Amino acid sequence: MTAQTTALAINGLCKSFDGLRVTANVNLAVAPGERRLIIGPNGAGKTTLFNLITGEITPDSGSIHLFGQDITKTPSRRRPHLGMARTYQIITLFARDTILRNVTLALLGLSELRWNPFIDIERQHHLVEQAHTALARVGLTQIADRPLSQTSYGERRRVEIAMALAQNPKVLLLDEPFAGLSIDERRDVQQLLLAIPRDVTIVMIEHNMDVALEFAESITLLHFGEVIVEGTRAEVVADPRTREVYLGH
Amino acid sequence: MSFLTPQRAAIAAALLLLVTLPIWVGNPYYINVASQILFFAVFALGLNVIVGYGGLVSLGHAGLAAIAGYTAALMLAAGHGHFISDFSAILVTLAASAVFAVLSLRGTGIGFLMITLAIGQIIWGILYRWSSLTNGDNGVNVSGRPAPFGISLASADSFYYATLIVFLAAVATMAVFFRSPFGASLRGTRDQARRMTALGYNVWLIRFLAILISGFWSGVAGLLFIYYNQFISPQVATLTASAEVLLMVISGGTATLLGPIAGAAIVVIMKNVVSAYIVRWNLVLGVIFVLIITFMPEGLVPGSVRLWKLGWRSFRQRRVTVLRNVAEPPQ
Repeated sequence: MTAQTTALAINGLCKSFDGLRVTANVNLAVAPGERRLIIGPNGAGKTTLFNLITGEITPDSGSIHLFGQDITKTPSRRRPHLGMARTYQIITLFARDTILRNVTLALLGLSELRWNPFIDIERQHHLVEQAHTALARVGLTQIADRPLSQTSYGERRRVEIAMALAQNPKVLLLDEPFAGLSIDERRDVQQLLLAIPRDVTIVMIEHNMDVALEFAESITLLHFGEVIVEGTRAEVVADPRTREVYLGH
Repeated sequence: MSFLTPQRAAIAAALLLLVTLPIWVGNPYYINVASQILFFAVFALGLNVIVGYGGLVSLGHAGLAAIAGYTAALMLAAGHGHFISDFSAILVTLAASAVFAVLSLRGTGIGFLMITLAIGQIIWGILYRWSSLTNGDNGVNVSGRPAPFGISLASADSFYYATLIVFLAAVATMAVFFRSPFGASLRGTRDQARRMTALGYNVWLIRFLAILISGFWSGVAGLLFIYYNQFISPQVATLTASAEVLLMVISGGTATLLGPIAGAAIVVIMKNVVSAYIVRWNLVLGVIFVLIITFMPEGLVPGSVRLWKLGWRSFRQRRVTVLRNVAEPPQ
């Protein structure tokens, strides 16, 4: 049993695709409330690591523990119920529905109501209220009833985050939440991430060093699926191997 | 909130038309055509659950309707009562739908379509070849219609009303279903299955249950079919029969409540009415489908709504332009 003090513990995690090692013996221990940044060049295996953590793909070997509970073999669909939520690098939303409905679906995913074929979803006032609360946290209250197809890219990024926050996760996995945003939008998203309370542990993949570094307390550098450097923000930034991976070739 | 919204008025008018239909139609032949439209609409509404809301296109649903029809017909022929025969038929159809779902949900998209096609053909093959059980190509006769609460359904009028009640029950449950959390879950699996899993939904189980619901209404339609015709043969389970119901759903408009009903009306009217005047009625039906796909690729009902709005907007714009030209004539 892993120590109870670890929010997310990964031990000896390996994954290969047709002989290509994309995750090579990764160990990771994230403390409750920690803000962890995962960096690495393209193809370093960052998103694959997220997909392994959320169970979208199964590891070849190794284990994943969430607050001491072994979830290595837990089906992907069960993990949100254990307090894990994620956002996607490539926006994965329900384009035909309104912003509000997108967030309502996130809430419904954790509610037993989702099996009910006999009631009107719009009349489930507590669901609608909770969805509005989540949208308020990302500043989208004004356009809650707008169809997603009529929203901007930056707004969709915030819907992604609102859906994850609506599920009240204990561990939040953010896959490049700043990707494709303008400087102003990046500041907005940064503010809303900073406002997330400390009882939520955050693991974030990001390329935008200016905003991401400010947010992170500790950093893990991945390269060819391996953990190259890990430590506090200052340690990793100062490490010569970080410079080598990012600038050295 | 006002009691009489345009929507409620339209529903009331439609109900009134349907309830008084035997009076203003008169001719039993056309009342029978109306009954056929209604039970094919029940079938199409059932298929629409998975095609429209689940994004799972099936070409084997006639097999499910046939299983209900044959189970009831064979039990009636063996001397069992109507209630027990129909009840068993629905149970057998639900069990068959469960097997159908487990097998076909091995794939999605084209994979799903091909497996349902294969299952449909297997059902047809069994009905056609296993003569000792199904009487093969000769089919099974159904000796009479049931008389619920002592009311005989022998006449065209009474059978129409019985079918109408079942049809309205189907429409009502569908209307509730599509607005329900489970309906929203099903649509979610159609649009973003991966995201739904990440949000904590069991995508496979949602699809499985949707196929059971769809199988249930296909079975109900199958029962109405045998009582209407008082006969069933392997013809019911052919690929053409499955394709016909799918065409009703697609031409009328998937993922709408009225679409499958409109689609059922078009196909049944073509088959029964136009075929009396034009020998090659299939050609006419084909032309109609090509026109629908060309001008309203989203289906007849949503397409008509779109074209109506478009026409109304351009009419108003023209009126505004005319009025402005009257006020300040162009130089």
